Amino acid sequence: MASVWKLDRLSRFFMKFYGDQRYQTSPNTPLRLPLSECSVALITTAGFFLDGQSPFEKGDCSYREIPNSIPTHALINGHKSAAYDERGIEIDPNLAFPLDRFRELETEGKIGSLNDRHFSFMGSITKPKLLIRQTAPEVAQMLKADGVDVAFLTPV
Amino acid sequence: MCNQSVGLIQRAVEEAGISTVSITLAESMTKKIRPPRALAVPYPFGHPLGEPNNPELQHAIIAEALALLTVGTSPPILRKTRHDHALEC
Repeated sequence: MASVWKLDRLSRFFMKFYGDQRYQTSPNTPLRLPLSECSVALITTAGFFLDGQSPFEKGDCSYREIPNSIPTHALINGHKSAAYDERGIEIDPNLAFPLDRFRELETEGKIGSLNDRHFSFMGSITKPKLLIRQTAPEVAQMLKADGVDVAFLTPV
Repeated sequence: MCNQSVGLIQRAVEEAGISTVSITLAESMTKKIRPPRALAVPYPFGHPLGEPNNPELQHAIIAEALALLTVGTSPPILRKTRHDHALEC
């Protein structure tokens, strides 16, 4: 487990004043179909974006749409952070956005299909209220309209 | 940070009627956010699926996470991975 206390002092200061959210219950949408029949979408907070899209800014709670058809090497790492070593996701974006792995699951028939689009956010969001009220529900509604059954989410 | 943001996005997507599962690198944060289903992994930040260019390990972690969709208990479900050997990242 990565410990928050191993982070540098600046990151710890940031986290101390970070909008701390707490919940007592969880939402629950049980799986309605076998996974082998489900449409799956990926969501990452690794801050990946594509050439032609605007880069993320610091504390940005916006998102970028990632078409399912892209080659994974086209993903640009937009989440520069002192809190972790970025070399891994630059060598292999699947480490935080496992598009190739899910393509393999689709080929093997373990999932039904991949959605035509996926979504990328930047993780270091200093004002989570806008994420909670606006951008996360927007993405949720788009995936719902696409007919997605399962979303797989990865941090960085 | 990222792990809190993932949980907040996950809650919104699940509330919209989509089943969700996530990976977490920060179990203590995830316990506060209570996303419906999360697999806790012991890797450094930046390495949610273990190692770059290690499809076998990445697949093993993904399979464990996807299995949480069918465990049959009510959310929140937060499990630790079985793939917990230390990695040189």
